[in-house]
Amino acid sequence: MWQLIIESVIALLLVIGGLAALTGAVGMLRFNDFYMRMHGPAMSSTVGIGAVILASIGFFWFHTGTFSAQELILMVLLMVTTPISAHLLTMSAMHMKLPRQSNTQGGPFEINEQIDQD
Amino acid sequence: MLSHYPIIHVAMWVTALLFSIAVCLNIYRILVGPSLPDRIAALDTLSVNAIGLILLIGIGTGSRYGFEAGLLITLFSFLTTAALCKYLLRGMIIE
Repeated sequence: MWQLIIESVIALLLVIGGLAALTGAVGMLRFNDFYMRMHGPAMSSTVGIGAVILASIGFFWFHTGTFSAQELILMVLLMVTTPISAHLLTMSAMHMKLPRQSNTQGGPFEINEQIDQD
Repeated sequence: MLSHYPIIHVAMWVTALLFSIAVCLNIYRILVGPSLPDRIAALDTLSVNAIGLILLIGIGTGSRYGFEAGLLITLFSFLTTAALCKYLLRGMIIE
């Protein structure tokens, strides 16, 4: 009984991680301009990898019987480096003055004067 | 080894399929991305999905040694992204 519950929780975490990674990739594929496309990788690198790492820790705890959370280093490293790289990418996109869609509101002043019309 | 845990076995293969589709979509964005920051962001996401696949291989074979490869991939993908963005911003990497 307990084995069934633990297995179900680990399987659910794995599938949640896969669905989050797929959602991030589809968002990166289907959004219209670069500034929208930067939303996808955040999803897949926090929720997707986080759920898979939790499932891995739980599986090896359940399989070997001893708890060791060495995969948490990976999660901490990803959560530190992902916002920095997203910030650098957006800064370089603003430096290259990439066009943005006309029906999005606000935006930085550097790219407000040249709006993509379609 | 995973035959003792049938639910995790099925879930591992389903998750591997989802991650593989995500990798294919990222490769499409790398190949036809309209601008250079698009391709760099797609490379970053591709390395993240590769770490997920490596963790899945670790679950499937029952060994935890793939985790260190994931650590290396994380560090090198961050270095690659930072260096390429520095190149786009300044025109050179080491001034």
